[in-house]
Amino acid sequence: MRELKILTDTFQSLGGDPEVFQDRHIAHMAASGNRLVSQREIPGVTIDAQETGNGITNTILIEKGKSITLPIHLCLGITEQTGIQHIQTRLIVEEGASASFVAHCLFPFVESGEHRMDATLEIKEGAHVRYHESHYQGTLGGMVVVPRAIVSVGAGAQYFSDFSLVKGRVGQLHIDYVVQVDASAVAELTSKVFGRGSDIIHIKEKIVLAGEYARGLIKTRVALEHEAQGEMTGIMEAHAKGARGHVDCREIIKDRAVGRAVPIVQVTHPEAKVTHEAAIGTVDKKELETLMAHGLDSEQATELIVSGMLQ
Amino acid sequence: MPLVDIQHLTFEIAGNTILRDLTLSIEEQEIHALLGANGSGKSTLAYVLMGCDGFSPSRGTMPFKGIDLGALPMFERARLGMTLAWQEPARFEGMTVSNYIRLGKPGVDPAPYFTKVGLSPETYGQRFVDTSLSGGERKRIELAAVLAMKPRFAILDEPTAGIDMLSVQDMMNVIRSFKEGGASVLLITHQETIALMADHASQLCGGRIIASGHPKDIADQYKKGSCIRCDGERCLPFTTAR
Repeated sequence: MRELKILTDTFQSLGGDPEVFQDRHIAHMAASGNRLVSQREIPGVTIDAQETGNGITNTILIEKGKSITLPIHLCLGITEQTGIQHIQTRLIVEEGASASFVAHCLFPFVESGEHRMDATLEIKEGAHVRYHESHYQGTLGGMVVVPRAIVSVGAGAQYFSDFSLVKGRVGQLHIDYVVQVDASAVAELTSKVFGRGSDIIHIKEKIVLAGEYARGLIKTRVALEHEAQGEMTGIMEAHAKGARGHVDCREIIKDRAVGRAVPIVQVTHPEAKVTHEAAIGTVDKKELETLMAHGLDSEQATELIVSGMLQ
Repeated sequence: MPLVDIQHLTFEIAGNTILRDLTLSIEEQEIHALLGANGSGKSTLAYVLMGCDGFSPSRGTMPFKGIDLGALPMFERARLGMTLAWQEPARFEGMTVSNYIRLGKPGVDPAPYFTKVGLSPETYGQRFVDTSLSGGERKRIELAAVLAMKPRFAILDEPTAGIDMLSVQDMMNVIRSFKEGGASVLLITHQETIALMADHASQLCGGRIIASGHPKDIADQYKKGSCIRCDGERCLPFTTAR
């Protein structure tokens, strides 16, 4: 199937192993535009996916108590030069289950396209989820990507999410995530984005620490060059005893790029605590000079610092 | 000809003179201790020598291997064979310790350098040079990275500060290994016991070298504590022949 080959070839060119889509021990779903091009379920993982007029609607269920050892791969993209893809996902990880997801969102040739994701994630009590999402949106800057997610993390559960878009152009990116964290649960959101040209990046992530001793971290790393613009809004609310949250935003800007960080913290319980830190500007002088004292010139040192930050 | 020959170096910033007509020479394969209290100008001298941004001298010369460093950018000074280990080295997100030790030398095996500074390559190789490291671990890694450069001249700014007492002797052995490898060292310290390991020593006070000579003599003078922080004028000149 042509679309699957384009997606897997792109995945491979970015360092991925296309064999994961052949391995019968690995669950996956692949979609190009509104065409469902491949899918596999494995014991403990149910994938119910359907094509819609402009995308895919799907429900993924990880059964109660099941530990899925190999990552579940989700490969989504547009293989043409134009297109729209709207993914509606419901992910349910039942009580005590654990799974990791690797989502590849690939738009290698798009001149003008749009990808929307509306996801709800229900991570039940005691479950453990890692969700890594990496994007490649080509070199033309014609993509508009709007990922939205509403996540609930049940008592004692753990949710670690990692979004990465560091190669090629971004185009426009508008992330909007809201995560509700129950008692003794943990949620960590990490975003790493490199904006170039006239890219526009808006990242809005909100964690609500609703239960006692809930913990949350919002970590954003953005590099901007040329005329790229970025605005990162990290919202952390703590409403219960012992809740602890931290918002950590670092942006490196070059050329005529503009970066903005908006940390918003709200605490409504006297025994909760939220901290935040934000650093925007050029490369840290001491980091730069330390590398230059090892013989790297300014350009080599800057590249190394930025690539490390986005790794 | 000395390896480093600092002559009449003056550095001023915002109307304050931090280094005053400073003259100091360091020979090949010499460990030269620079003793001085906080604020005496020790780190400033390190930054001026290395060519850090904002640390250009207003007067004086400082040839290294006979080449005046005055107009050279920092990375070119490093490529000539000199380097600086900061008192509090920078941290780097996403850079493994092994890659940090290999900086600019992709073919180098970092393992022996881990061993020299008392760290296990298996434990530390894939860790990041970030805030997860303790201050002592970070300093050891910095020394390993500087050793791997095989420099001709290493400026070590307080290399034993923040190192636990039991490990100080190990660090002193590392400093000696620079000399064994053919390098000279400017050993910046405010600990007179550390200065005793040097071949020669100088005392800096108020931006001036007020004494140079045998490390024991200089350490004894420094230990008297007459020079806490001053402008250099009140200190008695004390110079022994080299």
